[in-house]
Amino acid sequence: MTGINLNLPLARRRAVPPSVLSMTHPNIELLERQRALLRKAVPAGFPSPADDYVERRLSLDEHLIRNKESTFFMRVSGHSMRGLGIFDGDLLIVDRSLPAAHGCVVVAVIDGEFTVKQLLHTSRGKVLRAAHPDYPEIVIKPEQDFTIWGVVQWNVHKV
Amino acid sequence: MQRAIALVDCNNFYVSCERLFQPGLEGRPVVVLSNNDGCVVSRSQEVKDLGVKMAVPWFRMRDLARQHNIVALSSNYSLYADISNRVMSLLSRFSPGQEVYSIDESFLELTGIAVDHTGYARQMRLTVMQHVGIPVCVGIASSKTLSKLANHVAKKNPRYAGVCDFNGMTEAELNGLLARIDVGEVWGVGRRSADRLRDRDIRSALDLKRAAAKHIRSGFSVVFERIVAELNGVSCLELDQVAPAKQQIICSRSFGTPTSRLADLEQAVIAYTTRAAEKLRQQRSLCGGIQAYIRTNPHREQDAQHQSSMLMPLPEPSDDTRLLCRAALHGLRSIYRTGHAYQKAGIMLTGIIPAAARPQTLFDDVPSREKSEALMRTLDRINRSMGSGTIRLLGEGTGKPWAMRRQNVSNRYTTEWDELAVCKAHP
Repeated sequence: MTGINLNLPLARRRAVPPSVLSMTHPNIELLERQRALLRKAVPAGFPSPADDYVERRLSLDEHLIRNKESTFFMRVSGHSMRGLGIFDGDLLIVDRSLPAAHGCVVVAVIDGEFTVKQLLHTSRGKVLRAAHPDYPEIVIKPEQDFTIWGVVQWNVHKV
Repeated sequence: MQRAIALVDCNNFYVSCERLFQPGLEGRPVVVLSNNDGCVVSRSQEVKDLGVKMAVPWFRMRDLARQHNIVALSSNYSLYADISNRVMSLLSRFSPGQEVYSIDESFLELTGIAVDHTGYARQMRLTVMQHVGIPVCVGIASSKTLSKLANHVAKKNPRYAGVCDFNGMTEAELNGLLARIDVGEVWGVGRRSADRLRDRDIRSALDLKRAAAKHIRSGFSVVFERIVAELNGVSCLELDQVAPAKQQIICSRSFGTPTSRLADLEQAVIAYTTRAAEKLRQQRSLCGGIQAYIRTNPHREQDAQHQSSMLMPLPEPSDDTRLLCRAALHGLRSIYRTGHAYQKAGIMLTGIIPAAARPQTLFDDVPSREKSEALMRTLDRINRSMGSGTIRLLGEGTGKPWAMRRQNVSNRYTTEWDELAVCKAHP
């Protein structure tokens, strides 16, 4: 290994024909790699006392999304859900996999359009309730084109 | 134990994806068109019932569309890819052995899993429908070829309610079904081989199943012997559980409007190369060369025709967008001729090897390679988190006059913040 000058300028090293290089200095590439490694690995100063305590940073995705396959985002338009803290322009996190229980906020499809409402199972049948005094309840008629698209799990509101 | 392989196939997948976010399309005749709104690539049941075949050019069915109020949508592959990933990931819960066969099909190994395969398959359908809103059909049989046919039966015949298990049938029942399936429907039988089989009086899937191996061997490739064995329930094709890294990456498009300007072609080639390089890095590979090609519209015989391609080898295998673009542009400039209206341009990455197998050379410039790798990693990360194309080469341009014609494309509901579905909170 002796006799290899690693500090040779790049241009001069390159000028040597490959056949010559490989015969006389077979390990120059390996050395170059080791040198690159060393440059990185040289410890500078005292190790951080917090090293042992490094944990993953908190992830909102992990916190807000229980089922990644069935979770979708939607945008709210309108004010009828104000009473439940859902405002115009808010971001809904909707999970399709969950059962739509009494009292859930759901995304429903009525006559081909998405709407966000609170779902109630009553003796009159399914009722969609807005959270605003100006908007009446909608009692779902059996012949009505109606499906529950998903259950709203979270609402993201910009303050 | 009898082998059991399921093929799960999404029903008119692209249309189903569109309906998920545009529920108003439910029950209406809908088609999705190929790039540049050329041909029909997905049809809702209502459209199939009107007798519209796959791959019909859109201009040829305009009258029918007007007459029946057919909704035609441009293809929205960002949406389809995301929904497909969700479906495949859900299906993987049902078996440890999964082969994702295409954007809308997956094989699942069911041997030794569950007693009641039909019930298990119904559960798959319900789960995918509830969680992702995509209708699927399931075919189950003892070989992949048969499970494809079982799926075909499940789809065409409402009596099966979306699930057909050949394994649970008697030989006579099964043969009765196979007798009614055209030989051209059998997996691996192309249109021309189907014609040749019919010449030999092999018309149905049952005829092919009963064809003597000898009979088939003369004049047909060895592949056919395997198809015959598979039809007889002998599994010859194993599940490919890991998608092999692609050996070639091609990115090409037809232009919305033809162009004769070199600058337009350069922009297009840079955009395609950028996309291809991203894919290359995603599968952790390097490429050894890049080919650029351009062509005029061969269907416009009145125009001067020119088509050409050039392969540029790279000094060493690379995944650096900048280097690949330089090479592709060099190739493009040397094949470009003025005075032609170009309709299509493309690039192809060749000589693809795993990044881990990078040949080591004596003159490796390690520091600048590390710089390139870090830059590409950062680029990919930003484009992933902030939307594709957030950071790109300036040469790609901003106007894209050559871009695809997509007149009626829906929003990218699941991959772009600005394009989410809107939920009404008013009456």
